[in-house]
Parts: sequence; C-alpha cells; structure tokens
Amino acid sequence: MTHTFLGLPAYAPEGVGNLRGDETFPHAARSALKNTQLRRNLGIATSTIRAKRAAVVGELPDWEQLRDAGAAIKADVMARLPELLEQLEAAVTARGGVVHWARDADEANRIVIELVQATGAREVVKVKSMATQEIGLNEALEAAGISPVETDLAELIVQLGHDKPSHILVPAIHRNRSEIRETFLREMPDVPDDLSDEPRVLAMAARAHLRRKFLSAKVGISGANFAVAETGTLTVLESEGNGRMCLTLPETLITVMGIEKLVPTWRDLEVFLQLLPRSSTGERMNPYTSMWTGVTPGDGPQSFHLVLLDNGRTAALSDEVGRAALHCIRCSACLNVCPIYERTGGNAYGSVYPGPIGAILSPQLTGIRGHGDPNSSLPFASTLCGACYAVCPVKIDIPSILVHLRAQTVDHARAERLPNAELLSMKAVGWTMRSPLRFGRAERLLRIGRLLGWRRGRISALPWPGSAWTTSRDLAVPPKETFREWWLRERGQPGPPGDVGGSP
Amino acid sequence: MRIALFATCLGDALYPDVSRATVRVLERLGYTVVFPAGQTCCGQMHINSGYFDEAAPLVRHHVDTFEAALSECDAIVAPSGSCVGSVRHQHAMVARTRSGDTVLAERADAVAAKTFELSEFLVDVLGVTDVGAYYPHRVTYHPTCHSLRLLHVGDKPLRLLRAVRGLDLIELPAADSCCGFGGTFSVKNPDVSTAMLADKMANVLSTGAEICTAGDSSCLMHIGGGLSRLRAGVRTVHLAEILASTEDDS
Repeated sequence: MTHTFLGLPAYAPEGVGNLRGDETFPHAARSALKNTQLRRNLGIATSTIRAKRAAVVGELPDWEQLRDAGAAIKADVMARLPELLEQLEAAVTARGGVVHWARDADEANRIVIELVQATGAREVVKVKSMATQEIGLNEALEAAGISPVETDLAELIVQLGHDKPSHILVPAIHRNRSEIRETFLREMPDVPDDLSDEPRVLAMAARAHLRRKFLSAKVGISGANFAVAETGTLTVLESEGNGRMCLTLPETLITVMGIEKLVPTWRDLEVFLQLLPRSSTGERMNPYTSMWTGVTPGDGPQSFHLVLLDNGRTAALSDEVGRAALHCIRCSACLNVCPIYERTGGNAYGSVYPGPIGAILSPQLTGIRGHGDPNSSLPFASTLCGACYAVCPVKIDIPSILVHLRAQTVDHARAERLPNAELLSMKAVGWTMRSPLRFGRAERLLRIGRLLGWRRGRISALPWPGSAWTTSRDLAVPPKETFREWWLRERGQPGPPGDVGGSP
Repeated sequence: MRIALFATCLGDALYPDVSRATVRVLERLGYTVVFPAGQTCCGQMHINSGYFDEAAPLVRHHVDTFEAALSECDAIVAPSGSCVGSVRHQHAMVARTRSGDTVLAERADAVAAKTFELSEFLVDVLGVTDVGAYYPHRVTYHPTCHSLRLLHVGDKPLRLLRAVRGLDLIELPAADSCCGFGGTFSVKNPDVSTAMLADKMANVLSTGAEICTAGDSSCLMHIGGGLSRLRAGVRTVHLAEILASTEDDS
C-alpha cells in the first residue's frame, strides 16, 4: 500500500520509525494505568504545567487574536505548500546550504547516514527533535555503526534508559529523580558512585558528560521548529542551551524537518514565538532561540544540509478535514490538559506523537490498516471533552478531526465485510431510532431490565458487552413508564403538525 | 411562547423524571410546552462513534420532526448539553458530508439555531435566574464537557443553582475535568474511563455534598453509576429536577 498507487500520496512505511505501537490503545492503557508511579508523576507534572500555561496565557489581552493569526498562517502554508517549499529550497541553496528531499523515513535515514559517513564521524550529537524520533534515526544510525548522542537532558535520560519518550516536550516525564539517578549510575561512565538524586547534582553529572561530547563532535543533527520560506532561515527553540551547542560547535550540521514546518515570511515568526513558549513550557519568552541561514563563512558549521521529510504528510494534506493536524507546532499543551493522557502517559499511544494531537496525527501519517491496527484505535482514545481544542495555540479542532477519523475507521471496517458485532448493533439501534413507533416498542422491551435490578434497585452485572460498563459502574433500573407514555397518559395531546407516528 | 421539548432518547427511555422536570420548570414560568411525539434520537452516539451512515437517517428524522414543530413553536429546549451540542455542531456536517444534501444541512442549521440547552435557554433567552425553586440539600455541580466547551454555558447553571432557596452549593474541585463517560468511550476504553471516574468521584466526595448535579443525564449516569457501586452516600440529580423542586415536594 505505498507508492505503487500512482497519484496517491504515500503513507509512512511500516517497519521503520516510531509512529505505531504493538498494542491497541485500550490494551496498552490497561498496563499503563497499573503503574502508580507513572500516574503520580504525570498527575503532578501535567497539573503544574497546566497552571503555568494558564497564568501566562491569561496575561495576554490578544491571545485569541494570536491563535487566530497562528491558525490562518498555517492554513495559508498548507494551501501553498509546494511553492513555499521550492522558495525555501532556493533560499537555503543560495546561502550555501544543501537541500535533500526525503519521501519517507527510509529515504531520510539513508540520506543522513550517507552524509555522516562522508564526514568519517562515528559519533553525532543531537538536538532534541521529534522528526528524527519519528523516523527512527537513532536506530538507523546505530545499525550503520554511528553513535547518536541525545543532548537534551530528558532525551538523554530516555536514551540512556533504553526507554521511549512519553511526552513531546518532556520526554522523560514518566521518570522520577531516583529512577534517573539509577540510570546515570548504570549508563554514564565517570559518574561518582555517591551520586545523589538531587536534581542539581543530576544535571551537573549530565552536563559534564555532555560537555565532552560537544567538544569532540564533528556532526550535529537537529530538527526544526520553523523554517522561513522567504529567507531560508531555520529555527530551533529550546530551554537548556545544549541545542545551541550542537547547532554551533560541529563542522557539519544536518537538519531533518517535516515539510509542514514552514512559515512564509520572517514576520510570521512574531506570532509563533509568542504562541509556542507560552503554550508549551508556560514561559513568556523562549530561553534559547537559535536561528541560522545556510552557512556563514568562518562562523558555526561550514557544511549545512536540510532534509525535507514527507513520511505521510502529503497523505494527511490530501484530507480536507484531517489536514489541520499538520498545523501543529508541537507545543504539547493538548497533552498536558488531556484527561486521558494524564492517566495513561504517552507510551500507551505507541507513537512518538502521543495525546490528542498524536491520536489525530499518527493514524493520518501511517494510514489506518483496519481491524486490530493499533493506530486505528487511537481516534477512539478520547472522550471528546474538548480540553485540547480549547488550549491549542493554532486552534486545531481536535475533537472534530477525531470524529472524522472514527468515521474513516468505521467505513474501513465496513468495507472489510468481516463479521462485526459493533456494526450490527449500531445498525440495529439506528434502524430502531429512525421510527418513533419502533423506538417506543424498544423502550418497552428495555423494561425487562427491571427484572435485573428488581431487588437492589440497581443493575450491577450485565453479560458481555454490557459487562464493560458494569465492571465498575452500576446502571439505573429502567423506569416503569417512559416519558412518552407519561405524556400520552397525562396530556393525551398529539404532537404538532409533521408528527411522524404520534402515539406508539 | 410555545416551547418544543426535545426530551432526548435517554430522557425519554431511562430518565423520564428529568424530562418531566423540564416541562414543570418551563410551565411554572408560564410557557406552553409541547412534546413532538415523532422525536427519537439525535444520533449523537452514532456520529461520535463514527457511524455516519447510520447517523444520517437519524439526522434527517430529527430535522423533519423539529422543523415541523417549529411551525407552531418558538424554540426547542433539551435538558442535555451534549445532545444540543450534536444538533448545533454535527448535524449539518453529517447532512453535507454523508447525505450530500446541502438543503438538509441548511435546514439542520435552521433547527439548530432554535435549539437550546435548558440552562442557556432559561438565562439567555428567558432572562431568568430565579425559577422559584426550593431544594434544601448540599449540592455540588459538575459542568459537563459539552455544556462547557461546546456550548459555552459558562456559569449559567451555577447562577440558576445559587438562586434556588435552601440549596447549599459547594464548589467541586477540578470541576472542568471530564468524568470519563464519552459515550461509547466508556465501554471501548473501560479502564481509562474508570480511572477518570475514580478521580471525579474522589473530588465529588471531598465536597461533602449529598448530591452531585449536572446538565446531562449521560454524564450523571456515569458518575451516579460509580457512586452507586461504591455505596458512597452521594447521589446524582439532574439540574432540571432541582430547578423543578418546590416546597410542595419536601
């Protein structure tokens, strides 16, 4: 199901990268929920970030206008993506950079590996980047005998722990400081045996470890938060300064960037440099904002490569409703407010993009494979409570896109023509509800349920599939008389004109 | 003013007290209520579960029924934020994208423009906050997600509750957090749903209230189902039932 379909945009390929887990969300969530340490860490971390974000967003009188501007700029980018990408390529090339086009994760990994091999380097330092996590670049580099070193503190913790990132912004959110201390003691050479779990001490240990890596690295690899089509300028926002080390010290810099990360003009950054820090870390201004344009002779990397990555983005772009997911600026505000994410953490989503945005982005990048595909369960991993939409800095209507993707999943299952109990029952309920006569009869049938709870006044156990409800919740006993019957008995009055079926 | 009651399928089949209470409040305020008997279900469950093919005829049926009702009524009122949310934000979309019927979509929008959730109808349309209710109980209020973030009812339900004589209103901690119901989410993801419910119940219990109220029977079915399982000594009562209560009831 890839590029043999001429004219159809390809999905992210299977078997490479980190866009799909092994288990469906309900299964993965079940194990995650049992992890009490994870639940506690996440509860504290998300509520702290939520409160910080709410405070700094509340300060801005023009926040809603900023969100509108962000949404409008991104919609414009998606509408003009081909021309803007070519403009970017021309601008980067004119300033001494080299632009590479990667159809998918495999191509992107191959390009990066060849570029690193050409320098002869055996080790690369990495800026925190979602795009390279998405394509599984670290795994690909290791397979080619090149050691990638994550330099973002939290990414380093995840890497040293042979773990998976569980949050877009704070990938080690699921680990606490004693777990981090153990990881450092086990994996980091030269740390003192008496290393304490004090955050400052742990940070200093990582600092000493990373400083050696920065000074010896020949190649740096980064992602990008934004690329300005007009000027060819790339931008990375980070909080530690480690990213800037990677962007300035090595001789060669390779940036892997999703094609949706564009903004048309330099001026447009004004909007996003306000939206992003306030939404993500709850800061008024981002601490380290690095910008570079091609190569500057005698200053910084003298060789710059930009790898433009599709990996399913064009497929998402072709969906009129779903394409708004590409507006995402990876702030993770939607993760921090999501009641599902707060309880399961990011790893249950299987993809490097967890939470509400992941639930609409991952399935669109990979395509939905049908029943049993972990990513086809993601659009259902939401109560549609709308908290994500309310905080999204570029106003992505996540609940509506979730519903849209649910419909695609259901249609996909419908086309499979396999036995499908859910489809049958939905059809039956739909058929019943289409007629007030049938609905009235069904209501009377429901009254049989009174027998189930006649002694206790509540129903506490139902056979499958009702058991999914009654394992943790009672059900009220159906009433003796429906409202419709009461109305007829009390008022006896027929409904207004156009009444279909009137009394049952 | 004549008001068409949109009882919702849940309010008809399982929670007739809520529909009766809605009628009682509106009639007590001097309005005529009619029940268009052709009504069944708005199709929200089908839409939110992705069954657009099955939802499309339900949308058409709802529009047919309530468009006819509007020929002699001025407004449609439902004691449910999520059903009104579906009518307002999803019906036209389903008509357009699934039925390919732009005329139906326009008719759906016209019906939606006259459809109100009970608390917004009382406060915004009728301009009433004191509906003459008396309810001598300790109550906490859970703002349901769709009332809050789809309809933006804000503090309207709280203003109505504050005007109820005898009622002791206790603020619910983390009130705007979802209870975990989410329609079919509650059975497709029962473990996460229950984890969310557990936190919601802990917050409800922390208030010391004897009653948890809300504007949606579906969310109350979830919270109430959990509290009942715990034998918690707290029960759920729909906002309409509180607003309908008077001295005569106690």
